[in-house]
Amino acid sequence: MKFADFVSREAIRAELTAEDKEGVIREMVQALLDASKIAESEYESIVKSVMKREELGSTGIGRGVAVPHTKHASIERLVGTVAVSGEGVDFASLDGEKVHLFFLLISPHDRPTDHLRALENVSRQLRDETFCKFLKQAKSAEDILQLLDEADNNQFVS
Amino acid sequence: MSMRATKIVVITNPQGLHARPADLFVKTATRFTCKIELVKGRERVDGKSILALLTLAAVAGTELLIEADGPDAEQALEALAKLVEGDFAENERMRE
Repeated sequence: MKFADFVSREAIRAELTAEDKEGVIREMVQALLDASKIAESEYESIVKSVMKREELGSTGIGRGVAVPHTKHASIERLVGTVAVSGEGVDFASLDGEKVHLFFLLISPHDRPTDHLRALENVSRQLRDETFCKFLKQAKSAEDILQLLDEADNNQFVS
Repeated sequence: MSMRATKIVVITNPQGLHARPADLFVKTATRFTCKIELVKGRERVDGKSILALLTLAAVAGTELLIEADGPDAEQALEALAKLVEGDFAENERMRE
């Protein structure tokens, strides 16, 4: 699976203003709403559901990366977005580091494989330090999109 | 002294080896000093890295070889196999 298969281009955010976990999640879910990927009536429910998943254990998986996610009944196919925080946010990461790169994934209940494939793609690409570094330095949604496209074209992972 | 132990386990969780079980695996693996690797087909990854585990995209039914190498290899293997075979105790946690 490639980034283009699940990242909503219109929902990419380069400069998150949120300074805490819930704020980041709200900002990213709002971006999906603005991109018409989720229904307005489901906004609060999706935010709560993502936060509930965080309570089971932080999705801050180290290296300044977090993959907040949840399943939600209102979703028909996997949707996701990417956001970058220049300052970094305390996300209770597994390695204690601040998180700069966020990959939000909202899945339907019956498609666990798609979710795994998206996680696989994110984790595979992020093992490349150059990709991570460039993404953290991205100043605009266009920068991020270009990096995701380059990653999709295997320009970082051999 | 180097002690190497291996065991094949099967992912039984219908959701596959997703973020939470991968986290539990890494937390257990890092309690041991031995080197731990997971092998899926031709892929071999560090069993102490959550990013590495997630690259396996191990869906339900996937066979994984756990390889431990070091003084506490046997104990590590036992703990990790128990975790995977016990479905990461996820079902129990969900009931709570």
